[in-house]
Amino acid sequence: MSTTDYKRKQIAGRGIPVTGNDIDTDRIIPARFLKEVTFESMGQHAFEDARKANPEHPFNQPAYQGASVLVVGQNFGCGSSREHAPQALMRWGIRAIVGGSFGEIFFGNSVMLGIPCLTVPQADLEWLQKQIERNPKELVSVDVEKQEVRLGDRVIKASMPDGPRNQLVQGTWDSTAVLLEAGDKIEATAKKLPYVVGF
Amino acid sequence: MARTLLDKVWEAHTVRTLLSGQTQLLIGLHLIHEVTTPQAFQMLKDAKLKVRMPERTFGTLDHIIPTTDQTRPYADPLAEEMAEHMIRNTKEFGLPLFDMATGKQGIVHVIGPELGLTQPGMTIACGDSHTATHGAVGAIAFGIGTTQVRDVLATQCLSMAKPKLRQVRVDGTLAKGVYAKDVILWIINVLGVKGGVGYAYEYAGDVIDRMTMEERLTVCNMSIEGGARFGYVNPDQTTFDYLRGRPYAPQGAAFDKAVTWWKSVATESGAKFDDVARIDGSAIEPVVTWGINPGMSVGVTQRIPTVESASEPERPTYREALAHMGFEAGQPIKGAKIDVAFVGSCTNGRLSDLRAAAEVAKKGKVAKHVRALIVPGSQQVAKAAEAEGLHEIFKAAGFEWRKAGCSMCLGMNADQLVGREMSASSSNRNFIGRQGSPTGRTLLMSPAMVAAAAINGAVADVRDILK
Ligand code: SF4
Repeated sequence: MSTTDYKRKQIAGRGIPVTGNDIDTDRIIPARFLKEVTFESMGQHAFEDARKANPEHPFNQPAYQGASVLVVGQNFGCGSSREHAPQALMRWGIRAIVGGSFGEIFFGNSVMLGIPCLTVPQADLEWLQKQIERNPKELVSVDVEKQEVRLGDRVIKASMPDGPRNQLVQGTWDSTAVLLEAGDKIEATAKKLPYVVGF
Repeated sequence: MARTLLDKVWEAHTVRTLLSGQTQLLIGLHLIHEVTTPQAFQMLKDAKLKVRMPERTFGTLDHIIPTTDQTRPYADPLAEEMAEHMIRNTKEFGLPLFDMATGKQGIVHVIGPELGLTQPGMTIACGDSHTATHGAVGAIAFGIGTTQVRDVLATQCLSMAKPKLRQVRVDGTLAKGVYAKDVILWIINVLGVKGGVGYAYEYAGDVIDRMTMEERLTVCNMSIEGGARFGYVNPDQTTFDYLRGRPYAPQGAAFDKAVTWWKSVATESGAKFDDVARIDGSAIEPVVTWGINPGMSVGVTQRIPTVESASEPERPTYREALAHMGFEAGQPIKGAKIDVAFVGSCTNGRLSDLRAAAEVAKKGKVAKHVRALIVPGSQQVAKAAEAEGLHEIFKAAGFEWRKAGCSMCLGMNADQLVGREMSASSSNRNFIGRQGSPTGRTLLMSPAMVAAAAINGAVADVRDILK
């Protein structure tokens, strides 16, 4: 069994702002990459078309390489997402997302990967994005448990619905991990089945 | 209290009840193919996990493989890469793979029952929505997504909510020229494509009882097209006779013991269902879809319905369907010109399907303007058909005889519609773009009806040919 710590109580890292509203999953990961056999290279393709169109895109800028807290606008991740969009962001290095609001499926898929998505008021969002642009080296700290985002000495009230937040805090967001908790009960159940043990 | 097969199989496989209220369900048989598994294996590697019960997972290659030249590397580099990943992953995790060299390769839902892997009383999962097929032997079998494939590989379990159960009774006697495909298309027509959401279907009644196993496989296959995540038929003598002697079925004395257990999982008389639907089998005629979902169908002697005949919320879909298909409301479906004929898929790619199509193929030649493909569901089906000389009948009539695979069911290999081509197809989905061309058009029907359309160059009533 894996000993990975699944609890996602606090996440701290450098920030990266992606401004604009209604950024859909096609923009996060263009559809042609859905044919790939692994998610491995998804990170490279995160925002690929947007990055090609705009050399100044934050994902292209050296200052933001290694950042892990993504700060976005309203309705981020809308569209009919499968897992590829949060996979791409995660594999690029994103560990937490702060935004105005999120597409529902994207939000759910992110949680399944252990990526918290917290919402903050528009004014705070703009302040956060500007502040990160001014000083990309500064650590942004996302407290999932307390629902707070901290930058410098400022503490911003953030929010995330109870259900998924508890899953992240308790470390039960990963369905594999939850199922593995049953331990020997899995084999015990199998051993009661005549077709498993042999007729 | 009398219990259903669903109750008994669910309980026997329950590991525990999760905090979410869902059941942690043990999966007795996990089937995998090349398209929905590579990411799942990657997730396993990322998490440094092993396959929990490698002896309970079996793999095949079906979705992307070419049905003409199968020498490696495949002409399509993407197909080659997917096959390569499947071979490498199954080797790395120690899972059996039925590749070409085994002689057992084929569509995952054809080979499971064929090899006797699929047995009554099992829970079966596969990263493919037509996993419901395996319910025909009396198993609880359903399709899952890629993350769930990872869960089954890593834990042999899934977190699932138990669905409600609807018994779908088909009584009466089927007329000549009416097949299992017509029965399930008609069930979906009557109950609707969303009618089964939240339900599992237990198929029962005289018509189902008298069906062969292959016919039951066709019926259960399309449960998902009716919205039900899975459907099953209670195991009976037909089931036991079908399974006896199959390579992965219990052998000798163990088989008899197995039969005793299999009988014990069947629904008991007097068991209660959440709902019962009744269909008069005697009234079913050959069915043809005219629209863009499998519920939009008519009997072959009927006319394409008007938009007004649909309920208000369905009217936009009707309009879209008529526009996409290029049909006029009120037009008879018989006589609709076709360009392509396809017999194959996990719905209708078994020996009995090929026999039914061959019986019709004997009566004529494929129309000049029609491209006609026969794609057996597995290498074993192909071999059995060739032993009977079916391939010669097809070739003499102008059909192409291909190698086993999913082929034009979803057009992930080279077998695709071109432009607005109209296809008469024995597969299961007529969604826009399903057969490889975004503007291509699909008419679903039985294999015999496909053969009839191929010969006629247009939708025909197979009963006229079989007279
Ligand atoms: S034949 Fe068609 S429906 Fe069946 S498994 Fe292959 S692609 Fe899916």
